[in-house]
Amino acid sequence: MAKKSGSVMVVGAGVAGMQASLDLANSDYNVYLVDKSPTIGGMMSRLPCIGFRGVECQRNMSADNGAAPRSEDSFPTNDCAMCMFSHRLNDVGGHKNINVITTSEIRNIEGELGNFDVTLVDYSDDEKESKVQVGSVILSSGSQTFDPSALDFLGYQYPNVVTGEEFERLINESEPGTGRLMRPSDKQEPKKIAWMQCVGSRDINRGGNGYCSSVCCLYAIKEVSLVKERMGADLDCAVFNMDIRTFGKDYEKFYNNVRCQDGVRFMKARIHTISEDPETGDLNVRYMDEAGTVLDETFSMVVLSTGLEIPKASVELANRLGIELNHYNFVKTDPFQPVQSSRPGIYICGLFQGPKDIPESVTEASAAACLAGTDIVESRGDDLEKVEFPEEIDVSGQEPRIGVFVCNCGVNIGGVVDVNSVQEYASTLPNVVFTDSNLFTCSDETRDRIKEMIIEHKLNRVVVASCTLENRGEMFMETLASCGLNKYLLEMANIRNQAAWVHANAPDMATQKAKDIVRMSVARAANLNPLQEKIIPVSKHALIIGGGIAGMNAALSLGKQGFDVVLLEKDAQLGGFARKLHHTIEGKDIRAYVEELVSEVNANDKIQVMTEARIIGSKGFQGNFVTQVAVGSGDDMHNIEHGVTIVATGASEYQPKEFLYGEDERVLTQVELSDRLEEKGASDIESVVMIQCVGSRNEEHENCSRICCQSAVKNAIHIKKLNPDARVYVLYRDIRTYGLLEDYYTEARRRGVIFIRFDRETPPELKKTSEGLVVKIKDPVLQRELEISTDLVTLSAGVVANDTAEISRIMKLDRDSEGFFTEAHIKLRPVDMLNEGIFVCGTAHGPKLISESIAQAQAAASRATTFLAKDVIRLSAVTAKVDTDHCVKCLTCVRSCPFDVPVFNEEENCIEISETLCQGCGICASVCPRQTIQLSFYEDNQVTCKIDALLAG
Amino acid sequence: MADFEPTIIAFCCDYCGAPAADLAGSMRLEYPSNIKIIQIPCTGKVDVMHLLRAIQKGADGVYCVGCVEGTCHYNNGNFRCRERVNYVRTLLEEIGIEGDRVRMYNLSSNEATAFAAYAKEMTDHIRELGPNPLN
Repeated sequence: MAKKSGSVMVVGAGVAGMQASLDLANSDYNVYLVDKSPTIGGMMSRLPCIGFRGVECQRNMSADNGAAPRSEDSFPTNDCAMCMFSHRLNDVGGHKNINVITTSEIRNIEGELGNFDVTLVDYSDDEKESKVQVGSVILSSGSQTFDPSALDFLGYQYPNVVTGEEFERLINESEPGTGRLMRPSDKQEPKKIAWMQCVGSRDINRGGNGYCSSVCCLYAIKEVSLVKERMGADLDCAVFNMDIRTFGKDYEKFYNNVRCQDGVRFMKARIHTISEDPETGDLNVRYMDEAGTVLDETFSMVVLSTGLEIPKASVELANRLGIELNHYNFVKTDPFQPVQSSRPGIYICGLFQGPKDIPESVTEASAAACLAGTDIVESRGDDLEKVEFPEEIDVSGQEPRIGVFVCNCGVNIGGVVDVNSVQEYASTLPNVVFTDSNLFTCSDETRDRIKEMIIEHKLNRVVVASCTLENRGEMFMETLASCGLNKYLLEMANIRNQAAWVHANAPDMATQKAKDIVRMSVARAANLNPLQEKIIPVSKHALIIGGGIAGMNAALSLGKQGFDVVLLEKDAQLGGFARKLHHTIEGKDIRAYVEELVSEVNANDKIQVMTEARIIGSKGFQGNFVTQVAVGSGDDMHNIEHGVTIVATGASEYQPKEFLYGEDERVLTQVELSDRLEEKGASDIESVVMIQCVGSRNEEHENCSRICCQSAVKNAIHIKKLNPDARVYVLYRDIRTYGLLEDYYTEARRRGVIFIRFDRETPPELKKTSEGLVVKIKDPVLQRELEISTDLVTLSAGVVANDTAEISRIMKLDRDSEGFFTEAHIKLRPVDMLNEGIFVCGTAHGPKLISESIAQAQAAASRATTFLAKDVIRLSAVTAKVDTDHCVKCLTCVRSCPFDVPVFNEEENCIEISETLCQGCGICASVCPRQTIQLSFYEDNQVTCKIDALLAG
Repeated sequence: MADFEPTIIAFCCDYCGAPAADLAGSMRLEYPSNIKIIQIPCTGKVDVMHLLRAIQKGADGVYCVGCVEGTCHYNNGNFRCRERVNYVRTLLEEIGIEGDRVRMYNLSSNEATAFAAYAKEMTDHIRELGPNPLN
């Protein structure tokens, strides 16, 4: 058999395709990233903002990028994660292992896994065909938004009826600078805006798409929040919906926050027609409320929350490639193999796999990368070109020659701060020999220009006055390195977040402050020294904590690539919470799957399983962790060396305190009901009442547990199948059968399951009477109180994180208030943890379905591979250095270091601070009584010069 | 006195203070422009000498913004900083300068609103105290 290719083709350069490409490229595969449009970025680059980082920062998304250009090569850079996204665009565009092929499409793929021959057609070049050899393929061609033109009752033909996407563009483009919204017909500010949910989704009659698009509720809420912030409390916003589906991590908090604002209404309703008053341009919305009353209300604008669907071109592509689709044209996948298509070697991620939000798309992209890479693991690195940085210019002894680059950041800085005056001012500062101002300093063109200017003006220090070191530091450091300047000769002056954005109403003050900040930065730049990074080997072992479905999948994904894995399980056997489950909603046997996984794990000689394991200590850093594990009850201790850690500690079902649970044996949880149905069937059940949101969406647990609606629907269908005469009631607040799960909700209703809605404020009551259990609820359709006598009450108990207080303390892992581990970024880095080299997957991260846990486990393995595939890691040069000549060995540093890094070397009779172990906090430097310790990059003079410069101004 | 514009230095740590300040920007929270931030890896890196130098060179106020106590990325850096801040306050009192020109605040990285509120509180407070007597 021919040797496998070391390349992967990724089709579709949206957020998913980009993530898959980066993972593979960083794991030393060569990537061809193909997109039919002229640019990369996909749907996400058309969105003004995806921002949202939990409830604290809901305003985060309103970043005012009013007139930021959205041409092909520059992207709005607001801090609502779009700047992170544009950074990622830069990463992809500039990655030496990624070949971006635009305006091209796949005509055909011949051959098989390991040796595919892909025929591409280039539309920019007269449909010229070319061939590329790859080992595996990832399809991430995304979706399009539903076109509401055909649904004439929605009035899309009227100018003031727009889709969500159009609305977001209006918010952004109208009246640059202030961002105040004007409606299309007469450029007047709207007074009342209505949102129509589920346009083209959850509609088997007129729209044709029976599934839930999963994203529209959140984006409508986001739009309400955006526009409310701009237009103020007087604006009336009404969201007409069937259910509000904020099921994602922390989304419920965001919903609650917006819901509680003045002038925001969420209304359960069915839309009859939207018609226009031709004189005013206002729109009359005729709708039916829950009680069946037909009502009319006038709005100045209507926003249609259009859903997602698969474009015809993707269907044709799938047909050409021989990939099976489901009845909605999404790629057909197995719940236990969520990113695998029907053709071996071709994987699927993002919206082509099913409707989903950004975090799930990004997660699946990494999962697909994991599998696509594993297919050709023996050829890893074979197809790469070696690129090296030029030799470093020696700047020692040179007088500082500082270049200052002041960024407009579109209008983000330039709209407030007088950038020209800052630039002019910078040119008067000591040691500054060159200044420039740029629209977007982070664009490719500007960075190329910075390189040219460094060389032309012999710059030996660079100050970029733009945003944060965290956002852009690494990028500009690379710019320096690529022309031979040591990357630590860079200083960032954050005139955006610290001046323009916080003093927008006082432009003069903002400009003055920007000058102050630049003056401080120039002073510091003059004092910077070149630093060398330590290069350390990577331990090619992984530690996985938790032996449930997620942990086992992660272990197998890494084991199959030849990396050694230690899999820790706190119980006596592998399997985790899944052992308590029976079937997925699709009818797949979960227990059989768990057994299969366990035997696969046991058969893999790369995976070492430790059961009854407990972590008692951990130290080290990315690439080189050492974790102490106690196994069993005795003193069987192991020191495990590992390069990466995957946290998969899982979750459990909430144990209710409500509704007589534990007091009356007829009150069960959904998991207990499944057990009962497996054991005793349902022939003896006359009626069951299921109560949703027990232990979720309340004060104690504010978030939605995501999976309980589908659990209820699953069990309800199961009962109806076993005993069609049984009466099944589901008492719910919003049914959240997102994505393709909606089909099962439809099926349940078709089978006669009765769904009754209740409000948070008026929950059902459960009474024990002599005749049995009675549930009281106010039916909003019938507008009256109902009393339902029932044999069984089933509580849809939420998902609670397993107790990980100790692990999180020992390993220093962040958890949220509900005990779920916190990802590095809720949208764009859903698998990474903030600590480098540590990843999270499965329900330890938040409630999710088994298929989603599997995808995230494979994704964690992919993220881990980006470390394990490397032989070395470059460590930060920000470490403490001791001047042994002047040190008096008082040992204060030894006692003070939080990580026990400084040690007294008896042989050499001196203090040693390991560069590898030093975490760079600088505590030792500040406690040293003789000031013989300096923290590189933050040496005393590099800090005090800023104080002096500020106060000298 | 009330209309003097104080100069205030805020030492913000990499893990909580500075991200909260960044987020305050992203959220467009307004706070007085008197606050000038110096970023350091950990508030535990802030030296007594840095605090004193700021006052000596004429800053009207100085404060440190570190992680919430117990959650310092470097375990105990913020406690060390608090100790030093307290020490500097006593030193200043001894030489007749209000110790309360130097303060320590703790917040978590997503508490941008708190960051802005502390910035305002500090500015109002220094305005009340009036200019640094060394100026």
